[in-house]
Amino acid sequence: MNYPSELKYTRDDEWLLEEDGVATVGISDYAQHELGDLVFVNLPEVGDEVVAGEAFADVESVKAVADVISPVSGEVLEINEDLLDDAALINEDAYAAWFVKVGNVTDKEELLSADEYEAYNETR
Amino acid sequence: MKLIFEKSIPGRGQQIFPACDVPEVLPKVELRKSVAHLPEISENEMGRHYTALAKRAHGVNDGFYPLGSCTMKHNPRINEKMASLPGFTKLHPLQPACSVKGANELITGLEKALCEITGMDGVTFQPAAGAHGEFTGLLFIKSYHESRGDHERNEIIVPDSAHGTNPASATMAGYKTVEIKSNDKGMVDIESLKAHLGPKTAGLMLTNPNTVGLFDENIMEITKLVHEAGGLCYYDGANLNAVMGVVRPADIGFDVIHMNLHKTFSTPHGGGGPGSGPCGYKAFLAPFAPGLVSRDGGEYTRAEKSFGNMTGFYGNFLVMVKAYTYILTLGKEGIPAAAKNAVLNANYMQEKLKDLYPVAYDTTCMHEFVLCLEEIHKNDKVSALDVAKALLDYGIHPPTMYFPLIVHEALMIEPTETETKETLDEAITAFREIYEQIKNAPEAVCACPQTTPVLRLDEVKAAREPVLKYQF
Repeated sequence: MNYPSELKYTRDDEWLLEEDGVATVGISDYAQHELGDLVFVNLPEVGDEVVAGEAFADVESVKAVADVISPVSGEVLEINEDLLDDAALINEDAYAAWFVKVGNVTDKEELLSADEYEAYNETR
Repeated sequence: MKLIFEKSIPGRGQQIFPACDVPEVLPKVELRKSVAHLPEISENEMGRHYTALAKRAHGVNDGFYPLGSCTMKHNPRINEKMASLPGFTKLHPLQPACSVKGANELITGLEKALCEITGMDGVTFQPAAGAHGEFTGLLFIKSYHESRGDHERNEIIVPDSAHGTNPASATMAGYKTVEIKSNDKGMVDIESLKAHLGPKTAGLMLTNPNTVGLFDENIMEITKLVHEAGGLCYYDGANLNAVMGVVRPADIGFDVIHMNLHKTFSTPHGGGGPGSGPCGYKAFLAPFAPGLVSRDGGEYTRAEKSFGNMTGFYGNFLVMVKAYTYILTLGKEGIPAAAKNAVLNANYMQEKLKDLYPVAYDTTCMHEFVLCLEEIHKNDKVSALDVAKALLDYGIHPPTMYFPLIVHEALMIEPTETETKETLDEAITAFREIYEQIKNAPEAVCACPQTTPVLRLDEVKAAREPVLKYQF
């Protein structure tokens, strides 16, 4: 399992990268591993508001559909349209397969460091 | 196997129509410009084609079908016989009321029977299927709040063990879904419920027994709390089979309910015919009922504040004939006896399997139980999917897999009341033999099935690159 140290994580298995006031969000390697082969991704639209702690996207695997919870509140600036055509990109590299870029961030969920998130996953 | 379109040979029709002696009245613009792509095949070849397809499928007629939460019981043949009576099949919904007294009596009789089973005061047969019934139930709740000028209530509470249709129906009805946690017994976590109840609560949707096969022991407190917060309680009738004739949803605090006639009341599932998801309601919700409402004396009128039509006319009538036949065949003693046998069968299987396959919640279950294969998956690298595939080689339809989501590597087993002890024993033996194989030759389990018309399918490819229609 891979836990890049430059990222922050949530207990709902999203990762977050903050650069110049823009938050890039995706799901963790642990999440893609638990879900198995992903077949479909639903993303919000550019301009949508996302709310910290609430679902903003969903991912579908052969087993199940799971909500993706936003770690931040803000406005969607960009979405990764490549995922809409090929959800397998998330299985290949969960940290390259970002979901959305969020700007005007006003609120954040409690975030974990890579070490904290790794320790949390070992207890599950 | 070839598709019927691939068997088609131009000119090899089976019908010879006489020249049309009726003048064409459709305007030219309405007429299609090219000939429809219909397979051209002889009657004999067509019969063989569909028989071959039937041989490759598995239904309750072929063997055990313990698909959890789907209640795949045997449907008595007398249901079909009654529904094929010409007095029923040749009716038209626009016939004068005086010529359909028998059908009206049947609808009224079925409504009364379902009211008696559920404790509700009225039932609408308009919903055409289960999720449509959920949507209807939510429109009752919405109409109720709006009629009181209570426009702030926009949240529907749904437990994390719910069927996926619950949040979907709530969204369709314009509500926001609020998910609450289950406790360590698999039941509604009261504290989580309390934390989410408030002036925005429109209602709670609950399946009881729930999807892990347990009757919520706090049900009276749960419905009381929702009512105290000003919300209504919606009973998802998906698992009504476990309690029909034993516990009435109205008596445990529910205001509105849908029933799946195809699960509980032995009408055909899926492709076997149209669905029916009647929605029962308490008297205070009657003014909002959809469609036409029966009145004493056999007349049908609209409810004063009706929220409209959910479908045309009265719903899928012939399905109602089958359900009513079933209820009358079983009678007042048979209905609860069927429920109790469903519970007995599930507990028998659970007891005979739980030493090998851990049960998600180790307690007396209702009509179904959930095995948790998480440890087996971790230690032996055999997943719930692999065990499901292995069961195919025993001629058993796999249980529901990976549901409910709160149990990892779940196999959800619902034997139903119509299986014999011998069939249950055979299935138990199959499960136990598969367990032996997991321990001795796990790779063999992962290579199952070996005896089915098609072997293991590439489910990922099927989901990612589905081919949904024949390309001409």
